[in-house]
Amino acid sequence: MLSSLAAKFKNSSTKFTADLGHRAKIRTALKSYEKARNGTQSQYQDWQAARTAASTIKWEAINHLDAYLTEFVEKLTARGTKVFWASNGQEARDYVVALAKEKGARSIIKSKSMTSEEIHLNEALRQAGYEVVESDLGEYIVQLREEAPYHLVFPAMHLTRHEISDLFQEKLHTPPTDSPEELTMIARRALRMKYLEADIGISGANFGIAETGMISITENEGNARLTTALPKVHVALMGIEKVIPKLADLALFLPMLATAGTGQQITCYNSLIGGPRQPDETDGPEEFHLILLDNQRTQLLADAEQRDALHCIRCGACLNVCPIYRNVGGHTYATTYQGPIGSVITPHLRGLMDWKHLSYASSLCGACTETCPVKIDLHHHLLHNRRNAVAQQPDPAERFAFRAFAFLTRFPGLLNRLARLSRHFMPLTNAARSFLPPPVKGWVASRDLPPIAAKSFRDYWRTR
Amino acid sequence: MKINLFIPCFVDQLFPSVGISVVRIFEKLGHTVDFKEAIFCCGQPLFNGGYWEETRGIATRVLETLAGSDPVVVPSGSCAAMVKNFYPELFRKTPQAEAAVQLSERVFEFSSFLVDQLGITDLGSRFPAKVTFHDGCHGLRELHVKLQPRQLLERVKDLTLVEMEDQTSCCGFGGTFAVKFPMISTAMGETKSASALETGAEYLVSNDSSCLMHLQGLLSRQNQKLKTIHLAEVLASS
Repeated sequence: MLSSLAAKFKNSSTKFTADLGHRAKIRTALKSYEKARNGTQSQYQDWQAARTAASTIKWEAINHLDAYLTEFVEKLTARGTKVFWASNGQEARDYVVALAKEKGARSIIKSKSMTSEEIHLNEALRQAGYEVVESDLGEYIVQLREEAPYHLVFPAMHLTRHEISDLFQEKLHTPPTDSPEELTMIARRALRMKYLEADIGISGANFGIAETGMISITENEGNARLTTALPKVHVALMGIEKVIPKLADLALFLPMLATAGTGQQITCYNSLIGGPRQPDETDGPEEFHLILLDNQRTQLLADAEQRDALHCIRCGACLNVCPIYRNVGGHTYATTYQGPIGSVITPHLRGLMDWKHLSYASSLCGACTETCPVKIDLHHHLLHNRRNAVAQQPDPAERFAFRAFAFLTRFPGLLNRLARLSRHFMPLTNAARSFLPPPVKGWVASRDLPPIAAKSFRDYWRTR
Repeated sequence: MKINLFIPCFVDQLFPSVGISVVRIFEKLGHTVDFKEAIFCCGQPLFNGGYWEETRGIATRVLETLAGSDPVVVPSGSCAAMVKNFYPELFRKTPQAEAAVQLSERVFEFSSFLVDQLGITDLGSRFPAKVTFHDGCHGLRELHVKLQPRQLLERVKDLTLVEMEDQTSCCGFGGTFAVKFPMISTAMGETKSASALETGAEYLVSNDSSCLMHLQGLLSRQNQKLKTIHLAEVLASS
């Protein structure tokens, strides 16, 4: 029995895989990413050694997370940061809404944060009556379209410049253009005033540095800088697993995140924030709040087999190389984290039974594991999720079929004879295509069946 | 030497010429080949489905039948990976743990066995055609088989190898994935076949018949002339 989420996934997959235009668009976008990335990656002396180093640092951080988090928070608090430990999304949302109320905020500006998507923060703020504007260009675009981000790193990857021009024409009443520069300037002008008007700026954080008590933000547009510097109150939302031990670790992580994320050597802006404006500083927010989010991350931490999924630096590389992602697109996943990493962690974050279908929607090709800069054993974790799902609640029909098959394999001679007999029914299958049971039907819808050999290998072996 | 042939279930029943080619190649090299009739399947479909308990039932039989010290050669990257890489995990903390590890050390994918274990690249084969090669994902990423098939194809007389774009992209078969998510499987296969067709090759070669079965199914349905053939069949030609 398919859960309704699984059924929706299949329906969406059917729709998107049939859309050749969409497939071609995504393929083009990801091809240019691949080219950029290969070029930058080849500039490393030894990319594989870099991956090993990065995963070792993450292993250290995750396996001593309690100690590093403590150090991190102590240093931040010493500079006047207000740190809030949110056990779940609700607590985090409530904190931000209460803060907005306390400050009498009217306008809130945000820089890109997938963690905020995870807890549906914008929705909570809107319902509480606050205007929230996304300042990242891609996020701004999908916000105007009232849809979810299509990709962890490239939220508007699925849109052509013409679609964006139409969107701006409709929502911002600007003249049509197909120049990316002009489109960017339209958004820039629209957003400029928003930074100045905003009472609160909300950001994410790519890394938390335990040694110096700072968050590190990686971006290309500079919108995070403005979001975190101009408003009087800055709130950062960060998953607890983002903490890394030392400032020097950024020398490895910033380039690797950029390389794997976009194919850049390093992104245009990388900022470190350690607290609100200090007494000897001339500007900066008066208040800096950091919300540390658990939301099932400690559950994943407790899973020794899959704990390395917490290494994730949200670069999106696994999405980019995944042939499933390329064909079904980001929205089909219908959850915050798409692609291979999303398929691995979503069952832990949101429930195995509801989200196991993502782990099954994979050919286990391993391209994700191969590309991951922090060496998460992604495709094997899909297998682990499958095993756990079956252990928890196997599908009775499927289990019966597999057990029957397992039993029959004890009698290879019998299976061999049955296969030879079934050859006589082969011509019928072509004619009776629409009456075949689902597994076979799924095959013959688009593919011819392989012919069953007149003589099997074991027949040959016996008679030679 | 004595070589144990592990013939995957689909090779046995659907593509026996692949197995026959392997036998002929090893016998021509002067080795003795053995085939254990008691084994039908490595258990991968159940393993990938998440039914590890049931898989152990099948895999135990494989462990017992293949006990010993002779190398086990598998003309399929996915089945070789199942036994070599996944049996140890499957049997971890069970009484068969050691047997699984011991077997794993003796299991090889066909092209890797020829090149890495026997040190052979020239089999005196002849296959006058333009071909392109598809790297099956398990062979490629689980067993790191990439150069070996190409080293073998390079020595085949009158054969021209043209590499396709996206040669390391998954074909979309993925075992039960092919029938659980047929629309995605087909889309992936379409992309792969398009890359193969673009090379203008007459034959699409791979070291995994499961990939070829899926791609051939698509190509035949599209009435394409491109034919699929296993590496062993090419190497057994003269």
